[in-house]
Amino acid sequence: MPITSVTKDPEKLSLTVVAEFPVPRKRLWEAWADPRQLERFWGPPFAPATFTRHDFRVGGRAEYFLSGPNGEKWADSWKFTAVNPIDSFEVRDGEANAADENLPSSMTFTFETTPTGSRLTHVTRFSGVEAMEKTIPGMEEGFRAAMPQLDALLEL
Amino acid sequence: MVVVPEESEESLNRLFRALADGTRRDILARAIAEAPSVSELAARYEMSFAAVQKHVAVLERAGLVRKRAHGREQLVSTDHERLRRAGELLDAYEVLWRQRVAQLDDVLREGN
Repeated sequence: MPITSVTKDPEKLSLTVVAEFPVPRKRLWEAWADPRQLERFWGPPFAPATFTRHDFRVGGRAEYFLSGPNGEKWADSWKFTAVNPIDSFEVRDGEANAADENLPSSMTFTFETTPTGSRLTHVTRFSGVEAMEKTIPGMEEGFRAAMPQLDALLEL
Repeated sequence: MVVVPEESEESLNRLFRALADGTRRDILARAIAEAPSVSELAARYEMSFAAVQKHVAVLERAGLVRKRAHGREQLVSTDHERLRRAGELLDAYEVLWRQRVAQLDDVLREGN
């Protein structure tokens, strides 16, 4: 299983995921650089993602929406604040809802070569609980609906 | 002799002023127990919505409660409640990431 660790910090409102994959780092990077591949894994199973924009350079933006099972649409956008091909990239999330500048969260993605392939280290930092409420929209309801699969997933 | 820095003396004064009022103590107790909305609080006391908002603002300035938006409502909660909620949301977010990584793994294994 690719996940090697998940670390949550409720005080600092951050989550760190480390995952390893049996493919070269360049291949792993491409999955994030190509919106057609990205949309196949970014959304949860009950709400697939559609990327309408993916301008993968510093200052560029990505825009996407998740389509929920009952016709809900959750739109979000990112601003790329760092893009260092095949090493790392960073985004500010929630720029579409920037009416409240405290809302955005930041996400960093770091890619490394390992003896068996490649490693992704991801960190999300939320600026506040309100930012979390907006960034994880409807997720809890979705997860409750997906409860039967949940236990199986957590064992992975 | 204990020297209280001016800044913390000021925040102590805010704290004691906030707790000196019975309605505010009651609001604080409810915020600890259940994170009520400002309109729920306003329905409980014989005072206007604006008056309740003022009490909440005094508690907020003393660092005793926080307000957060929930749909069109403003929920009043303590840091304890905030931490609990943060933990809940992080749990959901963790599941989201676990699914995401499993799906990414599938995409990578397909060899594009």
